[in-house]
Amino acid sequence: MREPGLQTSDPGGEGALALEVEDLRAVLGGRPVLNGVSFALEAGRFCGLIGSNGAGKTTLLRTILGLQAPAGGTVRIGAGPAAGPRRGPPAVGYVPQRVLLDPDLPLRARDLVALGLDGHRAGLPLPSPARRRQVDEMLAAVGAEAFADQRVGRLSGGQQQRVLIAHALVRRPPLLLLDEPLSSLDPGSAAEIVALLGRLAAVQRVAILLSAHDINPLLGEMDRVVYLARGRAASGPVAEVVRGDVLSDLYGHHVDVLRVHGRVLVVVAPGGDVPDPAGHATVVGGREA
Amino acid sequence: MTAAVDAVMRALFAPGLLASGPVRTAAAVGGGAAVVCAIVGVFTVLRGEAFAGHALADVSSAGGSLSFLLGASPLLGFLGMSALAAAGLEAAGVRRAQGRDLATGVVLGAGLGLAALFLYFDATRTSAGGAAVAVMFGSMFAIPASTAPVAAAVGLVALGATAWLYRPLLLSSVSPDLAAARGVRLGATSLAHAVVLALAVALAAVTVGAILATALLVGPAATGIRLARRPAGAFAAAAGIGLGATWAGIGLAYDSAGWTPAHPWPVSFFVVALIMAVHLAVRGRAGRPAPALPGDGGEG
Ligand SMILES: Nc1ncnc2c1ncn2[C@@H]1O[C@H](COP(=O)(O)OP(=O)(O)OP(=O)(O)O)[C@@H](O)[C@H]1O
Ligand SMILES: [Mg+2]
Repeated sequence: MREPGLQTSDPGGEGALALEVEDLRAVLGGRPVLNGVSFALEAGRFCGLIGSNGAGKTTLLRTILGLQAPAGGTVRIGAGPAAGPRRGPPAVGYVPQRVLLDPDLPLRARDLVALGLDGHRAGLPLPSPARRRQVDEMLAAVGAEAFADQRVGRLSGGQQQRVLIAHALVRRPPLLLLDEPLSSLDPGSAAEIVALLGRLAAVQRVAILLSAHDINPLLGEMDRVVYLARGRAASGPVAEVVRGDVLSDLYGHHVDVLRVHGRVLVVVAPGGDVPDPAGHATVVGGREA
Repeated sequence: MTAAVDAVMRALFAPGLLASGPVRTAAAVGGGAAVVCAIVGVFTVLRGEAFAGHALADVSSAGGSLSFLLGASPLLGFLGMSALAAAGLEAAGVRRAQGRDLATGVVLGAGLGLAALFLYFDATRTSAGGAAVAVMFGSMFAIPASTAPVAAAVGLVALGATAWLYRPLLLSSVSPDLAAARGVRLGATSLAHAVVLALAVALAAVTVGAILATALLVGPAATGIRLARRPAGAFAAAAGIGLGATWAGIGLAYDSAGWTPAHPWPVSFFVVALIMAVHLAVRGRAGRPAPALPGDGGEG
């Protein structure tokens, strides 16, 4: 029934690896950005990819997708072979960091989702009940039925985010990469999107890797985390990674992890030289509030 | 039905319109060019490449004027130069919008310079005094009947390639990032669109002229995009507007023979005026200025 080359969710039951990154290196503009990043992600996991501006989150995601050639290391997706230049569309859903959709685009939300299904195909799209059903199902799964027939460029940021997630997931890839999908959303919309992604991971067994600079909006749903700093990664279950000793190692100087009212603050000791180009000094991955 | 159309045509336009050979050729070539330009133009507008389209048309005028000098088919001249310019712009491969505009501007200037040279020779060496006007602003009733089959072939190739590439073109026009992630080869898609654009521009140049080709390429497409919520609607509306304006323009120009002494008015004037009128009417109906910041997703 399914198309060849399309990895569906749950290829090997509980614990099957959806993504394995080994000793990945990336160089941009002559500068090393990733310096040996390794982690693995099982089917159905919701993993946060946390790092400050310029830490290399986008670079890591694009390298996993094959949009950028690695300078070394391997990426293994699903049960498939290590990623080289792949033939055909990759079995990975992707929501890029910035998708600027012109308000005048003659494209309804459902048209954009349909392009996620077969946008790479040659020839005119023939109307087919099966295609329409798949698109409708996906629109329903992300709660976008209400605005499915509106111009996608005129939807709000949160509505567009839902449509983009549907676009990325409509082929039922085993792995979904989202690059800072919460950055332009108010806390309420961010919480809704995070809850939606948590449901998709649990119900559809999609492995989700979501980048963010703040860990807090993800805390309720996320069960794995990859912290990125200085070209390296610390990864694992949240409780095992978001700890003073682990993050001190990663950042290369002493940091404390404070848990206040269910929120996490990563606090750098005074005098600590935070490798944070944005320069908001002492709080990394948390909010100063 | 046919009788009704006939009656309307008779009421609106001077007698003999459809019996005239040049008018039939103009209607066939002009109508075909309008449809091809409308379809290709929707992608061109969505990709933000209207300026590149204009540049191809300007450069094609060098080919058109050269073919007048050599006594060759203008369509082939327009086609050769616009394809060359498209290949050149793609080879330059500038992705950033600003760099692309600069490269386009330079190519455009060089093309018009060549056109100036060839048109000067046209005017001084041959007796083809009307070459400049024909190349730049079109001369639809002067299109030789022998151009029609070549134009039809060019148009079919352009439409066929566009249909073949429809989805990758659409997705990469909407967002190159999404397209790349979906496995679309952006470079190949962009090259294919550039070639198709060159074909459309050559067809427009041979009908409404090189300078006015942009009007045929961008006007109906921009209006169609405003009117429709879905891609198919935008293509249909653009094609309808382009075709309608071209045929009505031909009819009005034929009619205009009696308006002022001596000559009829140029078809290109009517076509462009009608396209503009429809565009303004649609904008007016929408009752609001264009959104200030395209893509500003907003927090709604
Ligand atoms: N095209 C490029 N050429 C050269 N350097 C680049 C390029 N793109 C990114 N970089 C550099 O690579 C580093 C990592 O960038 P990346 O975009 O992956 O960071 P990020 O973690 O996604 O940051 P942000 O939170 O701001 O999105 C940065 O230092 C950036 O300056
Ligand atoms: Mg980024």
